[in-house]
Amino acid sequence: MTLLSLRQVHKNFGETAIIRGVDLNIEAGERHAIIGPNGAGKSTLFHLISGLHHVSSGEIRFKGEEIQDKPPYEISRLGMARSFQVTNIFARLNVFENIRCALLWPEGLRYSFWHLLGRQDPLNEKTLAVLEQIGLADKMHYPAGELAYAQQRALELGIAIASGAEMILLDEPVAGMSHSEAEQAVDLIRRVTQDKTLIMVEHDMNIVFEVADRISVLVYGEIIASDTPAAIRANPKVQEAYLGEVVSGA
Amino acid sequence: MIQRVAIWLSYLGALLLLPLFFDSVLAISIFNQMAIAIVFALSYNMLLGQGGMLSFGHAVYFGLGGFLAVHALVMIEFETVYFSVVLIPLVGGLIGLLAAVFIGSFSTHKAGTVFAMISLGIGELIAASSLIFVGFFGGEAGVSGDRTYGPPFFGIEFLRDVEVYYLAAFWVFLATLFMYLFTQTPAGRMANAVRDNPERAEFIGYSARRVRYISFCAAGFFAGVAGGLFALNYEFITEENLNAATSGRVLLMAYIGGLGYFIGPIIGAVILTLMNSLLSNFTDLWMLYLGILFVLTVLFLPRGFAGFIMMHQVAWIRGKLTTLAIPYLLTGIPAGVFAAAVIAMVEMSHSESDAFNFLGLSLDPGGALSWLLMLVLASASLFATRSSLPQLRAAWEGANSLPGDETE
Ligand SMILES: Nc1ncnc2c1ncn2[C@@H]1O[C@H](COP(=O)(O)OP(=O)(O)O)[C@@H](O)[C@H]1O
Ligand SMILES: [Mg+2]
Repeated sequence: MTLLSLRQVHKNFGETAIIRGVDLNIEAGERHAIIGPNGAGKSTLFHLISGLHHVSSGEIRFKGEEIQDKPPYEISRLGMARSFQVTNIFARLNVFENIRCALLWPEGLRYSFWHLLGRQDPLNEKTLAVLEQIGLADKMHYPAGELAYAQQRALELGIAIASGAEMILLDEPVAGMSHSEAEQAVDLIRRVTQDKTLIMVEHDMNIVFEVADRISVLVYGEIIASDTPAAIRANPKVQEAYLGEVVSGA
Repeated sequence: MIQRVAIWLSYLGALLLLPLFFDSVLAISIFNQMAIAIVFALSYNMLLGQGGMLSFGHAVYFGLGGFLAVHALVMIEFETVYFSVVLIPLVGGLIGLLAAVFIGSFSTHKAGTVFAMISLGIGELIAASSLIFVGFFGGEAGVSGDRTYGPPFFGIEFLRDVEVYYLAAFWVFLATLFMYLFTQTPAGRMANAVRDNPERAEFIGYSARRVRYISFCAAGFFAGVAGGLFALNYEFITEENLNAATSGRVLLMAYIGGLGYFIGPIIGAVILTLMNSLLSNFTDLWMLYLGILFVLTVLFLPRGFAGFIMMHQVAWIRGKLTTLAIPYLLTGIPAGVFAAAVIAMVEMSHSESDAFNFLGLSLDPGGALSWLLMLVLASASLFATRSSLPQLRAAWEGANSLPGDETE
């Protein structure tokens, strides 16, 4: 079943075309990686899918529903969660509250001003479970803005995965982490996205080939190839445009 | 949990017992003003401290609530409606809510400058209308009523100020409790999240605008409750109670008290009410001193008085709070003398009479001796304050360091 599909998606910023006719289908349960050089438009593509930006033309469907004109919160409620390349957390809330906030809507609490959070046992237990998973349980009373960089990245990831959304978009989730931190984070990503659909932008080819079962290569706003890792490795067009130096060394 | 209940019980106890210890007419009147200010300042902090919305027009909801409350008093008097005046704050609240439901529907679209400018514009608009629609607002004289009509409430007719105080105390406690509980709900917590990062909030399912709107309506409601309390206490209300000056004052209260803490606006309301009612007996420059206090708070206590108190948590936990007492006095006394000397000079340059009494000293604005004395005193105390700072800093570090740190 196709969970997400993009048809002839274009995005211009003023005169400059950044996304130039992207077609993409993501099947339910797939782990899809998007790779490409800096400035290719990977983050922009995520912004279009998640509703932060709106397409200049084209169509995006999620679970069969057109979402290209919807605001982010409606898309999120359909079951899509995302993380950001640049850390985007609630700086003055503590770590616990950051994760709990991400669970409020999925837990059905919506805009309620008649439920007391302290009494929501399942909510609070789930929050603690997520904190354990991302390894921040001992930091849960710290204001998020005071965490070290790698911990903020873990929290960034935690906010995205907390909701248990069916589809998860991760934009360079391990960028800037040390090797061991990245390894842990990849482990976590694999675990929590077990029965989910994942799209991930990532630069580290080892991670991409380890996690993804399909890879799309985005160059100058166009997808030049979309295939299995093995086929992408062998694709001469990809080698020429992007992978050449990176993979030969690995 | 037990600690929290204890805090609320002591708050209730303080509200109930205060008039037993201070029972003068002046004291009761100050307590009534404090009660009104506390509810108003807490409601303001739902916007700024909790929700990140800087409003320059919060008096609109206070004032509209108050005007309708006075009109309700009149209607009770003429038996157009029949209910006890104890419910008047609720009338104010509903009007504040109604106004916020309408105005918030377009003003909460964005936070930041856009919201601030709209609040300023609406504030000016309503203040101007109040002088145009004389029938409702009573022009410059305002409107007045009488709380002693209507059905007595268990025999109480609210003839005495202290009866009004207990009625106000009841509403203040209730309003404080509900505003606190609001911060513990999904809507209240998301208000903090939207304050910190409206963009990310939208990716976890929440419309930042809707979250702000809910806080805005709640803030309007409680501002209206405060306006209703004002109407009950003073039995009249004028345009001054919904204009920019009143909006500015509530901002000062919340800020000086501390925006980041629930209790902050309560502290701010108490300090400003005291300054307003006590200081204004001694000097007509009290607004100047209020302004200076505000500037000093912004510069040196960015988290307000509540933040200043909370700074001492670490020292308190380590049992080292007492080690700070002497250092505080060593800096505090010269600083206090400096402030007094400066105030004396300000008062001298302002004074039109010949000599006046200042803290037991007879000062003569026309004489060089008084000026010289104060100038010397100010310079000396400033010097003493500055030279005392290193010992204060050292004491502070000592009180906040772990026992192990000292051996390093
Ligand atoms: N809001 C914007 N306005 C104008 N140009 C933008 C905007 N966002 C991104 N761009 C441009 O779009 C291109 C793609 O950016 P991005 O999607 O962040 O690339 P990637 O994530 O693949 O590195 C870049 O050249 C960038 O400068
Ligand atoms: Mg990017």
